[in-house]
Amino acid sequence: MAEKPDFQKEVATLMSVMDGNPIDVCIQCGTCSGSCPAVEYMDYSPREIIALIRADLRDRVIYSDTIWCCSSCYSCTVRCPKNIKITEMMYALKRYCIWKHKHKRGAIGPDFSRKFVKMVVKTGKSYEPGLATTFMFRYGIRGMIDNMSMGMSLLQKRRMSIVPKTVKRIKNFRKVLNRIIPLGVEQ
Amino acid sequence: MKYSYFPGCSLETVAQSYDVSARITADKIGVELAELDDWNCCGATAYFHVDEILALTLCARNLAMAEKMELDIVAPCSACYKNMLETSIRLKNDADLREHINLALKEDGLQFGGQGRVFHLIDVFTGNAELQRIQKLVANPLKGLRVAPYYGCQILRPKMGRENIENPDFLENLISTSGAEAIDYPLKTQCCGGSLIATKNPVALKMVQNLLKCATDKGADLIVTTCPLCQINLECYQKQINRQYGTQFSLPVFYFTQLLGFAFGIPKEDLLIGSEMHSPVQLLTRFVKEA
Repeated sequence: MAEKPDFQKEVATLMSVMDGNPIDVCIQCGTCSGSCPAVEYMDYSPREIIALIRADLRDRVIYSDTIWCCSSCYSCTVRCPKNIKITEMMYALKRYCIWKHKHKRGAIGPDFSRKFVKMVVKTGKSYEPGLATTFMFRYGIRGMIDNMSMGMSLLQKRRMSIVPKTVKRIKNFRKVLNRIIPLGVEQ
Repeated sequence: MKYSYFPGCSLETVAQSYDVSARITADKIGVELAELDDWNCCGATAYFHVDEILALTLCARNLAMAEKMELDIVAPCSACYKNMLETSIRLKNDADLREHINLALKEDGLQFGGQGRVFHLIDVFTGNAELQRIQKLVANPLKGLRVAPYYGCQILRPKMGRENIENPDFLENLISTSGAEAIDYPLKTQCCGGSLIATKNPVALKMVQNLLKCATDKGADLIVTTCPLCQINLECYQKQINRQYGTQFSLPVFYFTQLLGFAFGIPKEDLLIGSEMHSPVQLLTRFVKEA
């Protein structure tokens, strides 16, 4: 019987990048953590996330806030002396969490991304007001007021449209997407 | 030079001023932007969180349409640019992936062959010939205006062929060509928080606060960006940042194309200067030459 792959292997399958090294080659130098503009908000630094994956401590990783603090700025990736694509690893972890519906409670990122994908599949375009419902009620009353007043100012300045736009050949567009069979791990 | 122009979703709404000013200034310097017909979203970052192959397919559809026009593609948004360039490189190097995605693109009568190139809008403004033309077009030299060049992330990173990604200077070159002074500040390539502004608001606000503080400490009169999301994050949240951090930021942030257009003497209304929450109008009027 085939052995169940460990967490590190699962992450590796999800990191379908062309070049770049597997995380085994990480020397734990911490250049990634030192380059990360969001590190002070993470519960584990990027370096620690790699160490946790290698120690097969899956739950510590997937329930961490770190994954959802990554803004995809690629500072870690371009500076890693071992050429590990750390941003791609974060993407892989996001996909892992979203697919398995397992992530830190209260994280807005997974809902936001799911909603974004639904919207793009429906219209072919992104539409900010349509996304707002995923976060605008999640930062308390103050946050809600802020978001609403910003929406109003943007409307006034004609920087927001009332109706979402759609690609013209939307039927073909959806057919294209339907032909793609999602690759990666089984759910 | 003629390019297929991919405005991207933000430029239809919140970053209209970027779209309008890009088209006007490009026309002035002899860069022809033919909008890509029926383009779709590039996937931003969020699509890659859910399914990578589908996200690459989104970009591949745009690339294939540009190829059909036999033109290279130009994107003004750094995220669109990065996604399409990355897709193009990956599909060129991975025959299996290309075959898989081409099978899907057939449903829309399209094929990715890998002939076209991908540029950021600023790339087609900073060639030697274009810079010379820009220099000749400057009617209102913005002498004495202290501009903070803000690169952000995805125009530079991940590294895909650009030379100096740690300390780039192409935006500075453009600013000084307009007659303004490009100030030097250490955070010019630090992230604005991107979509964290929605999903991790306090984190993004702190990141923006750091940037605004760094630029104002170095004496910036305004910030110039090359990406709609950077512009929104840096500009639209200053009120919240001021409340939270007890600061008094009211720093105009607009697009490099608006700065250039203004230096060319194009009326500010035509460049949608004034659609910002912190208007640069007052600051700029002192540079208008009396007729």
